[in-house]
Amino acid sequence: MTTTPTTDSAPAPRSGTGGAVLEASGVTMRFGGLTAVRDVDLTVRAGEIVGLIGPNGAGKTTFFNCLTGLYIPTEGTVRYKGTVLPHRSHLVTQAGIARTFQNIRLFANMTVLENVLVGRHTRTHEGLLSALVRGPGFRRAERDSEQRAMELLDFTGLAAKRDHLARNLPYGEQRKLEIARALASEPGLLLLDEPTAGMTAIETTATRELVLAIREQGTAVLVIEHDMRFIFNLCDRVAVLVQGQKLIEGTPETVQNDDRVIAAYLGTPFDGEPGEAEAAEVRAAEQTGTAGTDTTQGKAD
Amino acid sequence: MTTQHTDLTTAGDGPAPTTAGRPPLPLNADPHTSRRLGRLLTGAGAVLSFAATMLPWTWTAEFPGDLTIAFYPAGLQLLTLAAALLTAALLLASAGVTGLRWLTPGGKHSALLLMTLANLGVTWYTAGAIATELGGLVNFEPGMWIGVAGTLLAVIGALALPTDLPPGADGGTPAAGPWQRLRHAFKAPAPGSPAPLPGWAEILIICASCAIGLYAFAYGIEAEDGPPFIGFLVMAAFAAPALGKAGLFRRLSALTARHRGVTLAAAFAAALLFPVTQSNEAYTNIAVSVLIFATVALGLNMVVGLAGILDLGYVAFLGVGAYTAALVSGAETSSIGLHVPFWAAVLIGAAVALVFGLVIGFPSLRLHGDYLAIVTLGFGEIFRISVQNLDGDSGPNVTNGPNGIPNIPDLEIFGFNFGDEHTLLGFELGRFANYYLLMLLFTALVVTVFRRSDNSRIGRAWIAIREDETAARAMGVNAFRLKLMAFALGATLAGMAGTVLAHVEFSVNPESYKFVHTAPPNSAFLLIAVILGGMGTVSGPLIGAALLYLIPAKLQFMADYQLLLFGIALILLMRFRPEGLIADRRKQLEFHETGQLDIPAPATAGLGKTEA
Ligand SMILES: Nc1ncnc2c1ncn2[C@@H]1O[C@H](COP(=O)(O)OP(=O)(O)OP(=O)(O)O)[C@@H](O)[C@H]1O
Ligand SMILES: [Mg+2]
Repeated sequence: MTTTPTTDSAPAPRSGTGGAVLEASGVTMRFGGLTAVRDVDLTVRAGEIVGLIGPNGAGKTTFFNCLTGLYIPTEGTVRYKGTVLPHRSHLVTQAGIARTFQNIRLFANMTVLENVLVGRHTRTHEGLLSALVRGPGFRRAERDSEQRAMELLDFTGLAAKRDHLARNLPYGEQRKLEIARALASEPGLLLLDEPTAGMTAIETTATRELVLAIREQGTAVLVIEHDMRFIFNLCDRVAVLVQGQKLIEGTPETVQNDDRVIAAYLGTPFDGEPGEAEAAEVRAAEQTGTAGTDTTQGKAD
Repeated sequence: MTTQHTDLTTAGDGPAPTTAGRPPLPLNADPHTSRRLGRLLTGAGAVLSFAATMLPWTWTAEFPGDLTIAFYPAGLQLLTLAAALLTAALLLASAGVTGLRWLTPGGKHSALLLMTLANLGVTWYTAGAIATELGGLVNFEPGMWIGVAGTLLAVIGALALPTDLPPGADGGTPAAGPWQRLRHAFKAPAPGSPAPLPGWAEILIICASCAIGLYAFAYGIEAEDGPPFIGFLVMAAFAAPALGKAGLFRRLSALTARHRGVTLAAAFAAALLFPVTQSNEAYTNIAVSVLIFATVALGLNMVVGLAGILDLGYVAFLGVGAYTAALVSGAETSSIGLHVPFWAAVLIGAAVALVFGLVIGFPSLRLHGDYLAIVTLGFGEIFRISVQNLDGDSGPNVTNGPNGIPNIPDLEIFGFNFGDEHTLLGFELGRFANYYLLMLLFTALVVTVFRRSDNSRIGRAWIAIREDETAARAMGVNAFRLKLMAFALGATLAGMAGTVLAHVEFSVNPESYKFVHTAPPNSAFLLIAVILGGMGTVSGPLIGAALLYLIPAKLQFMADYQLLLFGIALILLMRFRPEGLIADRRKQLEFHETGQLDIPAPATAGLGKTEA
């Protein structure tokens, strides 16, 4: 399986200097009195991998839902390659944004291959009539779709399981299948919502390789993740969302060393307290607490 | 090759096998003797019950089926005969007789036990029915006693046989008493995948299966009301699981999956032959009704089983088609008085149903789950009540109100009058046989539409919507549009079937299109047929509809309890076989269906899925 699936478009430049793929400006989402996302701007350029982090309930998933048309944002616009996206999920996918879900949402009773074929829906056009008539055009399109889907399964390492039911896959492979299914729609931007949640260290590394390979093919990636090592090793840029607002955005180093980010995850010292001492204590506690595992800081509850 | 189920010894009945190297088996003291004894008893039982069918069972021909003639098994005796032969065959196969191993690619002893139970059930049921109908055991001839004893012997023998062990389980079953063995037989391990056969043999098996299916269907239709039909059901209830445990159904479904074209052709040919085998108009009448009902159920399956839209008002579209056809049929009471040729009537009926489907679907498909179900139920009733009221009194006269449109003339296509008897290739075809053959074309059409749309981009999108609508939309599926498409397509197919129905039944009237009623077709029965048969499959709704039509038709003496019995049967089915009689291809995949550690047991509860 040496393959990288063939795409028509040439690989995008490796560094994040391409044109903007995604421009979200002033996105606000209110649920009644609760403002889950407040005035968030975010830009993803072609060939970039951007991380989105924040404590539980910060509004990351809600922001994704606003981008993909599952929610209609109360305010703000989302542009994909310059055009404003409609608030309809399938049109967003048609335009070129694909996503995965935080709680895996595969088509559980369909086979692995069929799941990926559904992902091809927007890139194929055979209607009901051609399905009933089954002319040569239909058969060619089905064959091409299947071939393309198999390339993606090869790419994600699931080719051997093509005829298994999605619900029978182990957890890590279900996450991979979700990515394969999203890639099937040939997106220009892939949104991943916690792609390594529940994975072992080895699987996490494999996922990192996978995301890098996806970028190699010219798809920009925006990824939500609580695994800090994963995010800081992978992303070109990281944005931090806290209580619905964007706290800071920058290179992994900047974000990693920002006191406000640490405070957002661990809480701020009291006023008048000898802050340095406590911060050191906290850091020490964190060191011991997470020693031996990944430096997972999220899931603070 | 052969089975994956380790029989406890591999050496059949040879000299005492050495148990060295095997773990001691926690079965009865000497498994070898007990197996031997068991086989002996079962065999004797099978022979006895076979012999019994050659003898008279009672002295009078009053009991339905005439069981009084020696060497001429008839009626219920035929069922005992079949069960005895199958028992013998399974017994020989389980004993490892070469040439018969193919009979049990799956479990051996579970299948055998269930088959002896089928034999016991049907024979003892007959005995009971004779005793109650004719008043006492004195009405038994010796043949009946032999049958009763023989079948009991066979069951006892089968109970002494060891349970089938699931593949890989070593001594997992503790010392099993008869009761545990019985329970085990019902929950026996899923059969393993059978070894491939040569191509011609596979095709032969498919054809033979279709012939057997035709025979079983004809037997069911011809069975007289009351005892013979109940005997048929008893037999089917045990024999079907027995063949399932033996792995035959799995093998068959693997074969049909491999030879789809052949299967369809064979099934179609068998269906085509049905009226030829019938001489009685009453039976072809039932058959054509079954066919219409089954076709409509298959159309509903597209809506419910594929797209996951719970439509409780589906029968209304059948009504739309039937009324449209009646209005343009040239019937005297038709308010339009138009008479168009049948092909045009079919097109008009389908088109009108399509329009109704779009009009009803457009607002209601914005709802989901239970709300959608209630709204479709509402529209179904609105159709019936409007039809009732468009009688010239409460509204314009379109449908003739509660009187309906009677005296719909028979069809005439190219001078072929469907009302007359015709002789075709030496076979007498009556009125209903004509309509049966016409309807068969429509059934074939619906089957084709179902299969082709299922296995395509559109069908996959439907199933994706059924599985998880949000995810489907996120994958670019325009869920509303596709659901509307499924809904309208389903409506169109039902409308087409309705055009034939109007002519078969001579008349249309609003009362036939209720939500629930004691006889098909009605929306509730259609839905039950789909769920009972297996959602998302082709053969499921056809079989479900056939059962659901025949049972009320044949058991009229318990009309008052029919709905209650259906309710109980459905609850049991949902408990023990939630996927329906025929499992969806997707649920049949043999890969790791069980034994996956991190995957919770599949939640396949029938309607639950449509709530996605
Ligand atoms: N449909 C909704 N209706 C009302 N409140 C909602 C809705 N969706 C999300 N919220 C609220 O918005 C806030 C942000 O939730 P969100 O799921 O976006 O957080 P998150 O950053 O993805 O958290 P996590 O890391 O746990 O996934 C939460 O307080 C949540 O309760
Ligand atoms: Mg989230």
